[in-house]
Formats: sequence, structure tokens, C-alpha cells
Amino acid sequence: MQEIQKLVEAAYAEIDAAAELSALDAVRVSYLGKKGQLTALLKGLSSLPAEERPKAGQAINEAKQAVQERLNSRREALESEALAARLAADSVDVTLPGRGAGIGGRHPVSRARIRIEQIFRNAGFGVRSGPEIEDDFHNFTALNIPDDHPARAMHDTFYFPGGNLLRTHTSPVQIRSMVEEGVPIRIIAPGRVYRCDSDQTHTPMFHQVEGLVVDRGISFANLKAVLHQFVEAFFERDAELRFRPSYFPFTEPSAEVDVLWGEDKWLEILGCGMVHPNVLESAGIDSEEFTGYAFGMGVERLAMLRYGVTDLRTFFENDLRFLAQFR
Amino acid sequence: MKIAESWLREWVDPELNSEELAHQLTMLGHEVDAVEIEGEGLDGVIVGEVLAVAMHPDADRLSVCQVSTGSGEPLEIVCGAPNVVQGMKTPLAQPGVTLPNGLKLRKSKIRGVVSNGMLCSAVELGLGDESDGIMHLPDDAPTGADIAAYLGLPDAVIDVDLTPNRGDCFSILGIARDVSALTGAELKRAEVDGPKAVTERSQPVELVEPGICPTFAGRVIEGIDSSARSPLWMVERLRRAGLREIHPVVDVTNYVMLELGQPLHGYDLDLIQGAIRPRRAKGGEALTLLDEKAVELVEGTIAITDDSGVIGLAGIMGGLSTAVTDATVNVFFEGAYWPPAAMAGRARSYGLHTDASLRFERGVDPGGQARAVERATALLVEIAGGKPGPLVIEQSAADQPERKPVRLRRARLAMLLGAEIADDEVERILEGLGLTLAATDDGWQVTPPSHRFDIVIEADLIEEIARIYGYDRIPKTTAIAATPLETVTETSVDPDLAAATLVGRDYQEAITYSFVDAADNTLIAGEASELELSNPISSEMSVMRSSLWPGLLHAAATNLARQQDRVRLFEIGRSYHGTLEAPDEVVRIAAVTSGSALPEQWGANTRPVDFFDVKADVMALIGLGGSTDDVRFESLEHPALQPGQSAAIRRGDRDIGLLGKLHPNVARHFELKRPTYVFELDAMAALASSAPRATPVSRFPAIRRDIAVVVAESVTASQLADAIKATNNTLIRSVRIFDIYTGPGIEAGLKSVALGLILQETSRTLTDEDADAAVAVAVQKLQQDFGAELRD
Repeated sequence: MQEIQKLVEAAYAEIDAAAELSALDAVRVSYLGKKGQLTALLKGLSSLPAEERPKAGQAINEAKQAVQERLNSRREALESEALAARLAADSVDVTLPGRGAGIGGRHPVSRARIRIEQIFRNAGFGVRSGPEIEDDFHNFTALNIPDDHPARAMHDTFYFPGGNLLRTHTSPVQIRSMVEEGVPIRIIAPGRVYRCDSDQTHTPMFHQVEGLVVDRGISFANLKAVLHQFVEAFFERDAELRFRPSYFPFTEPSAEVDVLWGEDKWLEILGCGMVHPNVLESAGIDSEEFTGYAFGMGVERLAMLRYGVTDLRTFFENDLRFLAQFR
Repeated sequence: MKIAESWLREWVDPELNSEELAHQLTMLGHEVDAVEIEGEGLDGVIVGEVLAVAMHPDADRLSVCQVSTGSGEPLEIVCGAPNVVQGMKTPLAQPGVTLPNGLKLRKSKIRGVVSNGMLCSAVELGLGDESDGIMHLPDDAPTGADIAAYLGLPDAVIDVDLTPNRGDCFSILGIARDVSALTGAELKRAEVDGPKAVTERSQPVELVEPGICPTFAGRVIEGIDSSARSPLWMVERLRRAGLREIHPVVDVTNYVMLELGQPLHGYDLDLIQGAIRPRRAKGGEALTLLDEKAVELVEGTIAITDDSGVIGLAGIMGGLSTAVTDATVNVFFEGAYWPPAAMAGRARSYGLHTDASLRFERGVDPGGQARAVERATALLVEIAGGKPGPLVIEQSAADQPERKPVRLRRARLAMLLGAEIADDEVERILEGLGLTLAATDDGWQVTPPSHRFDIVIEADLIEEIARIYGYDRIPKTTAIAATPLETVTETSVDPDLAAATLVGRDYQEAITYSFVDAADNTLIAGEASELELSNPISSEMSVMRSSLWPGLLHAAATNLARQQDRVRLFEIGRSYHGTLEAPDEVVRIAAVTSGSALPEQWGANTRPVDFFDVKADVMALIGLGGSTDDVRFESLEHPALQPGQSAAIRRGDRDIGLLGKLHPNVARHFELKRPTYVFELDAMAALASSAPRATPVSRFPAIRRDIAVVVAESVTASQLADAIKATNNTLIRSVRIFDIYTGPGIEAGLKSVALGLILQETSRTLTDEDADAAVAVAVQKLQQDFGAELRD
């Protein structure tokens, strides 16, 4: 019995001293292997008297089990040490930047335009487009701006030889869409427009979004509601709006809309009104049966307010240092 | 239009302060651009009287003046103004006073002479932008009086931005009418009585073309004193409106125009020969205008003529030959109605914009000519004396514009505005605007006064009611049209999705002008565009772009010049093609890239971007639409691109875009020093798509067989792939090229191409024999078509 106890203690000492899995395995073989020392004791049982055998056998088996447990726990310890060492060797500087290409960005005017489109799409508006090189009829005459109307002079139109022109507003899309689709209609039309004007607050090209809703019973009150909701959605905040009488040949009544900015500053953000009966008629629509509203907004203007841009001209200078701010 | 508040209040005086008044004008639709308070900070400035003027002993340009303050000893004041004379009344600022421009006056020595104050110009008092010396006040100005009180200051000058439909508001009277309608404040002084005729003399006027001149009111005033000066109150009001004192006759016509909105013209009666006959100008007639410019009359313009020929451009500017001068004794006032239709665009055809033409183009009150002539006559007689003749009105009854009654339906009003407005409020508003009402079954019959020629249809009346009622009182009611659901198509990919893809691939969006320099455009497109603007902003922006590249290349060059060493820009926009008569617009996606393929970083080597980097970007876009099996890149000669590194992109038999390296000559033109790659796609064609059709996925494993063949270098990758596809072996699911090798072991002029064939059968596991057979067929095809040799 004492012999067994000694053997177990010697095994423990060797197990604890094993620094590697291979060494540990050698210890296992030396005690528990086919020719191991504890295995040899078991083999020696037959030389014992029969009445001692069960007790001795039990003691040897318990010793084997104890050594095996010691082996297992040492193995686990060595394995987790080995894993930790391997992982430590595999560590990286997590603060280094990722590899590969960077990311670009959209132009702030596109960003604002997409925002406007999303808001109106969500409300069920269709998105339409029309030609930028327009004819006089769609840009002016059909919009109740006959030849030599004083409003024409205000449009600073770019002309081509032969009489075609660059559209001065997105309103021609109203006419084209009503003629094509008929009414009821509920659309917006974003796009480039052009005015022969270039200074600190004007660029010869800019972007507008036109809106048009025509149906039976459409009222100015409906127009007020949709624009108020739009402005609040666009700026993501409560907004105070001011509808001010104005004049556009293609709407009547007409209004300009100001938004309260800061404490007491009213900023003009869009023009709108009830579609003029002449405009409906020029699109072949019975202006007695149908009424509608239309609005037009400058995308650059809205982008400037939304993103804090102070100089309109920077939109078309395409300076990467400016553009990179809108990612 | 600039209006002095004090003048407006003479006509209508609502209980509103200046700020409230300006706000109400804005809310009436007459947007106030600015309100400037004039004559503030003039405390202590008084009317001084120059008693004596002597030369300064030590300075040629200075005078030493004795100036009376009305009490006490006269002050000795040094003055540098050339117009100072003895007896003159002029503003005097004494030591201790701070002028509006911030100048604080003290007693000071100027070249050895003590000056006890300063004689002031209008500019120094903040009363104008220019002056030629100190202010010359009227001789009857009370010496010692407070200058601000004497000049009727302070006064607010309100700058109103009138809309083109409201020609009737182009005057004090017009604005006053609207303010009265809004506030209910009484409109004062609406009527004008002219002085009685004391001479029989009149000027004959013949309406030979009454269509262009339905009304011509005129009056003669004999024996005026042309040396008389217009009174200070009139000069001050003209000044606040932006006009200068010129001559009593001119001042009076200007004053009446500002007040009543009817432009007038004053002739020197003695210089008119025979009867005045307004008629349409024939081409080629000549006239020297008041401002001494000679013009040739444009056919169709209305010419004022007498026996000598053309003496004026009706409603635009008078002629020099009959103009009033300091020698004028007898005057003839013209107050005519030139219809807007006859005036539209006329002034502009001479490059002119006058106060008169602006008003006539927008329309003046067709009933306001006589009143204006009467008012002018009364004022002129008051200022310059003279004996008025009778008021003569030549009129063509048949050509008078008609004010037809307009029907207003109660229900329509409520429906269009979405607001219920009580009948009595409707009536109060319309009557307040001077409209005449008659009740009908369903509303009213409304007749506008002569000056409201803008009111023609029911919507015009509804707008007027809304305007006075107040847009802010109309409720907000959500309702949108009953339209069917919008279609969401899968036949094409939204260009915004393509943009997002490019953003994810490190491209920054730019927006460049649609018009470009003609030479740039021709260089890129290889041919000149017909779409050239008649009136471009500048020659660099004169032609509609045939490609998005010119704008993008300039943007790239500008950024590279600003120390950016890597530029990747894209734009989505239109290019313009076709003819002037039949222009065509194509939405394009274009990009330019220059510099390293990747941003500088620790984990990847820096190398310049190349053709295949950009090709991958292009394929990523085209791939948004689904399968790219039918997309081909074909070698291309293009004026802007380097031969051998440029490709036409085709899908089926359709051209969908271009890709390539910018030609070095073109790069030099755009000042791009480094290799630059560009692509441009037709968005509709490149992003064409279709709803995907699913097929079952094979449950059996695929087999890959790699082969390497040696072929002539001129054989393209797609030729090899196409040839294998042409074997129509259904087992070959795809072919990929995974290596191209030239160099040792391969004869010059040849290349080794490594191809991976993926083979699969849907119904069973493929055997090696099947695969070997399929590969053998493919190899045989390559041998047959290209003389390909199989490499081991």
C-alpha cells in the first residue's frame, strides 16, 4: 500500500513538472501505459494471496484514476497555455486602418434632391422628368405666359437659334405629364433648370423640384397642408410657415412660402399656387371640373439651409474638400 | 419701387407703425425688399445762412464764411465746397454734433483759421449717394430751424418689389388703395381738380391709329418761368424715390407719375410743328432721344410724330427736338394711354428701361390720363406760374378697354380655397378694393374698376379675396389626388442606385454645367455640336455638352492642382445631341479617375489606377441590372482616348458606353499630367434590367478543369471564351481566365492563357469521362479557331 502511495506522489510530481504536452504524454506512458508502473502493479496482483487481491486491486485502480485525473487537468492547463501563446503571437494592432479602397460621396444637391423625392414618394407622388431643351410653348405659352408677357423678361432665358430654349423652370413637366397621363395626377418633377444670370447668388444652372396635384375638389387648404408637412419632414423639425400672396402666371391664387428661421427671420423657400385655369385648359383638362395645386422649389436653396452652405457657387466648383463634407 | 412713408400716409394713414406697415405690404403681395430710415441722427443740425464768404488766407480751395444760426453772433466756419455763396441757406452742424456718418464735430483750426462747425452736403447728412457741394436749401428756409423737422425727416423709404400683374400698384395711389382695402383706413385725396383754363390755346392731337392710343389727354400752359425751382418738399420726395431735380416741368411729370402711376411727357410747345399724331413706326425712321442718343426706330414701335417727323418714342422716352429747356416758356403736357399689348418688349428692343416704359408695359389705368394731366397742370402753375389752356381729351370710344363683369360663385370660392368665408366679408373685401357687386343666385356679379384690368376671370377674384382675407387664415387640410399606385419597374435600375454603387467604390459625385466650351466639346466628341446657345453667359459655357467628360476633366484638373493627388469623380446627367430642331437628351453616368488605385495605406502597395480597375467599376454598374453575359468590350478608336486602351461597351447589339485611358494630347489640353481613365455609360441602356427568373440549383457537385493554351497575342480573352461557349456543350457552365503569361518559355508574339472550366450536370453526378470529353471538345475548338496549343 505504501508502495502505491509513493508511486502516486512520484507521478504527481512528474505531471506537475511536465512543461509540454509531449512530456506529459511520456509521464502518462510511464505510469499508465501497457508497461507503466501502475499497470505493472495490477499485473503483480496475481502474486498476492487471494483474500488480499480485491483490496489491493481497488487501491491500485483508485491510484490509476487519481493519476489520470491529475494528468487530465494538467493537460487542460497546458493546452490553454499553448492556445493563449498561439493567439498572443497572432494578435494585430486593432487601431491600424482597414485595407482597401475608401468610400466616396454624393453631391449635396443630389442628397437634398433624393430627400425631397423620398418624402413625396412616400406620400404617393410619382416622379417624372422632361426635356431640358424645351420649346417656347411648353416653357411659356402653355403656362399662361404669352409672347411679350412681362414675366418672360424676368426669366433670363437661354435661347438657341431657331427658338428652342433651355427650360427656365421645371414647370413644363406639368404640361407634358398632364397631356400624357391625364388627371387625376400627383407628381413631382426634379431636374436641372437654366437662367442667364451669374453672380454671387445666381448660377446659370440650378435644380428645381416641381410638384403638381390635380383632381376634383383640390383646394388651397390642401396645398398649405402638403407644403407644411413637406417642410417639417425635410428639416426634421416643427416649422412655422408663412404663405405670402405673389404672382406666377401659371397659378392663381399664387403664393410664396417663407419659413421662420431662428427667432425672427423669414426665409423664402418656394413658390406655389392653384393651377391657373388656362394651364389646365392648355393641357386639355376641364378647369371647371378639375382643380389643382402646383409648387416649385429650388434644391440648392433647400440644401443650403439644411446643410449650412453659405455660398451657392460652391455647389458647382466641385472642390473635393467641399464635397467630402457631405458623406 | 421706392416709396416714402410720409407720402403714402398723405394718401392713407392706417394705425400701423413703419414696421407693421412694411409687413402688411409684404402680406398683401407687395414684397418689401428693404426699409431705410432716412434723416435719423440729425439732432443739432440746423438751417444756417451764409452771411459772408471770404477767401481763406492760406488755402486756395477753402472759404471762410460768416454763418448765421438765427440767434446770437454769426459763426466763423471754414468751408471747402465750391458752391458756397453769400446769402445761401444750407445745413449747419455745430461742434458737439455727431453726423449720421459718424463724424463728430469739434471746434478746430483749419490751416490756421478756427472753424466753429461745418456746412454739410446731402451725402454727409445721409440723404443721398452723390452731391456736388453743400446742400442748397430754398431761400425761404427759416434760419436756425431744425433741419430734420424742416425736411420732414426722419422718413422711412420702403422698397417694394411689385409683381408684374399689378401695374395698378406702380404708384403711391396704387399702394394706398391696397392698404386701404386691407386695413379699412380711408383713402384720402383720390380726386384731383385741375386749374381753370385762362387761355384758349391748345395743341391739336390726331388719333390716326386709335388702336394703339385709345386716349390722349393734353393741356397747354403758357408763359411759365423755367428758372423757377421745384419746392423742397417735391425735390425731397423725388429724391427719396430715387429721382433728381431737373427742371420744373420734368419734376412735375415725374412727381405725378410716382403719385398716380400715369407717366406724362412735357413738350416745349413752341417746338412742336403742327398736330401730334401717334402712329406705328415704319422701319428706318430716325430720332434723337432726350438723352441725346440717336436711335433708328424699330418697326411696330409707337412713334409720336408731328409735321417734322418722329418727335418721341411713345411711352418710352421723348425726343430732343421738342424737349423742355431753360428757355421754355410754353408747355404741352401729354397724358396718353398706350395699351400694354402695344408696349410689350418695345423698350427692350432699344436696350431701354425707363420709369415710363415699365409702367406702360405692365399697364396703367386706362381711365387715369385726364386726372394726371390736371394734377401736373396744377402743380406746374403753382411752381412756375403760367396760364393753363383747356384740358383736351382725344379718345376713341371703340378702342377703350372693356371691364367685363366677372361671375363669382360662392361654392367655387369655398372649394378652391378650402375655406368658408362669410358673404359679408367677401363683399367687404371686394368693395374695399373698389369693385362693384351685384348679387346673383349663387354668388355675385363683380365689375372691376378701370385700373383693375388684371381681374378677368373668377380665379382672379378668388385670389383677391384670399389676399385680403389673409392666406394665414386659410386652414391646412390634408388631401391628395385619388391616383392609382405608381408602378415600380424592374426594367431598369434607378440611377441613384448606380450612384450609390459608385460611392461605395470610392467615387465622389460632382455636378458640372450642362454647357461647356465649344473647343473642349469638339475635342472630346470628335465633332462640333449644333446645340450652341445664342446668348451664352460666356464662351466657356456656350455649347450643350455632347459628353460629361469635359466638365469632369476640368473638375479633376482643378482638384489635382489643389494638391489632391488622387481624384475619382462621377456625374449623372444628360448629354445633348441631335439638331437645333430635333435635339436629343441622353442620361449618362460618367466618371474620371486619376492617381493611385487605392488611397495611400499601410497594407497595400501604391500603384496607379489602370484600365482594369475602372473596367471593374463599370462592370459593377452594369451588373446591377442582372446578368452581364451579353456585355462585350470591343477595342475602339476614339478621338479622346488612347488607342489600345479604349473600348466600346456593347450589350447585345446595343452601344452602352465607352471606357478608356485619356489620350495624352487630350490630357495635356485639360492640364492633366498623370494617366487618367474615363468611362461614360448611357444610363438607360447600361442599367437595363429585368425581373430575374429562378432555375433550380443543381444538387450535384461541379467539377473544375484547368487548361492552359498558347495562342497568338492578338487573340482576345473574349474570343477564347466565346469559342468555348460556341461548342454549345451544356456541361460547361462557365469559363474563367485566371492567368495570362508571356515571357521565358513562350515564343515571342504568343501568350499562354490559363482557363478554368466549370462543369456540372443538373440530373446526375458528373464522371471524369464526361468532363474529359467536354474539355477535349473545347480544346479542339480552340485549336481549330486559333491554332491553340495545349500546354502541360
